[in-house]
Amino acid sequence: MDREAQAEAIREATAAMADRMAAEKSVLTDLDSAIGDADHGANMNRGFQAALERLEDADDDPATLVKTVGVALVSEVGGAAGPLYGGSLMKASGELEEGVTAESSVAFAERYLETVEERGKASVGDKTMVDAITPAVHTYKKSIEVDDCDPLEALGKAVDAAERGVAFTTPIRAKKGRASYLGWRSVGHQDPGATSTLYLLEELLEVAREHLDGDVETDAEADVDPEELAEPAAGGEVDESANSDGGS
Amino acid sequence: MVGIVVVSHSERAAEGIREIAREMGGDVRIEAVGGTGDGQIGTTPEPIREAVEAADGSGEGVVVLVDLGSAVMNAELALEEAAVDEAVVADAPVLEGALNAAVAATAPNATVEAVREAAEEAAGVSKL
Repeated sequence: MDREAQAEAIREATAAMADRMAAEKSVLTDLDSAIGDADHGANMNRGFQAALERLEDADDDPATLVKTVGVALVSEVGGAAGPLYGGSLMKASGELEEGVTAESSVAFAERYLETVEERGKASVGDKTMVDAITPAVHTYKKSIEVDDCDPLEALGKAVDAAERGVAFTTPIRAKKGRASYLGWRSVGHQDPGATSTLYLLEELLEVAREHLDGDVETDAEADVDPEELAEPAAGGEVDESANSDGGS
Repeated sequence: MVGIVVVSHSERAAEGIREIAREMGGDVRIEAVGGTGDGQIGTTPEPIREAVEAADGSGEGVVVLVDLGSAVMNAELALEEAAVDEAVVADAPVLEGALNAAVAATAPNATVEAVREAAEEAAGVSKL
């Protein structure tokens, strides 16, 4: 997949994510009403609509496109999700300067996770988006580097891992974010940020399926659709199995 | 003179805190920034960056006081982008910290570090 195709896949993934945020607006806001400030759905929807608009004038370069999405989210989302999603995409986009490959997508995912942890000062078990991103990123990396999966299969496993991470947020007590003010009353509610991360990863996987099917390589030179892979890391969603064509 | 920026989720809260801090802050430059710009509760990085640059009038640096979670993150993002030599976020309660910082900034030869330390001392103060 050449850079142009990667850019196209990134644009499609962003559009799919924007559609999903619009569709899930009230679901996310309801989750946030229970343990937060009831604005997550509206904020994410506004941010992704702004991202779509800004992509119209952006250059067809993978790193530039992802960075553009990040900048839009930082300035338009508001709340903690703006700096967490947007700032992390901005920083991680630097890993895609040479294009999207299996390797660069792993680097992108790791940088994204690292930036979210640093900015939010959150760890696994705090009932935040980190609980979805961490298993997704670790699974993605292991699937590619250890299990020799192609990026599409690895992304599918990552989405599954993120889904389990989202489920894990329900029974635990929040230690970071607005929900932490509720103490034990946060128990029993699914975390909104982990949930939106999963939704975004699911969309990334869907778009990756369309672009990578039957066209996947895993070596460093491969022009895989890594881009898409990379983005999911940021969002973090779950999905069924990513079986599709492995890297053939 | 070291400048001060007060960041709150509420524009009115930020203004009110500035009002209180000003009583003892003499001619210290204090900027107040809050809300999302469309009347909602929240914070965004761009107005914070502008406030930090405005507060750095004399180029001697800025100390930023913040309220809750996203204010901390957006202030950190703003400082990464702001065109100032020295600016820090104080780990302090926003109201008491702003008051301490305003007083400290009026001292002759006050530095960013000294103002930040004064603000952070507010974290350990017992009221009863």
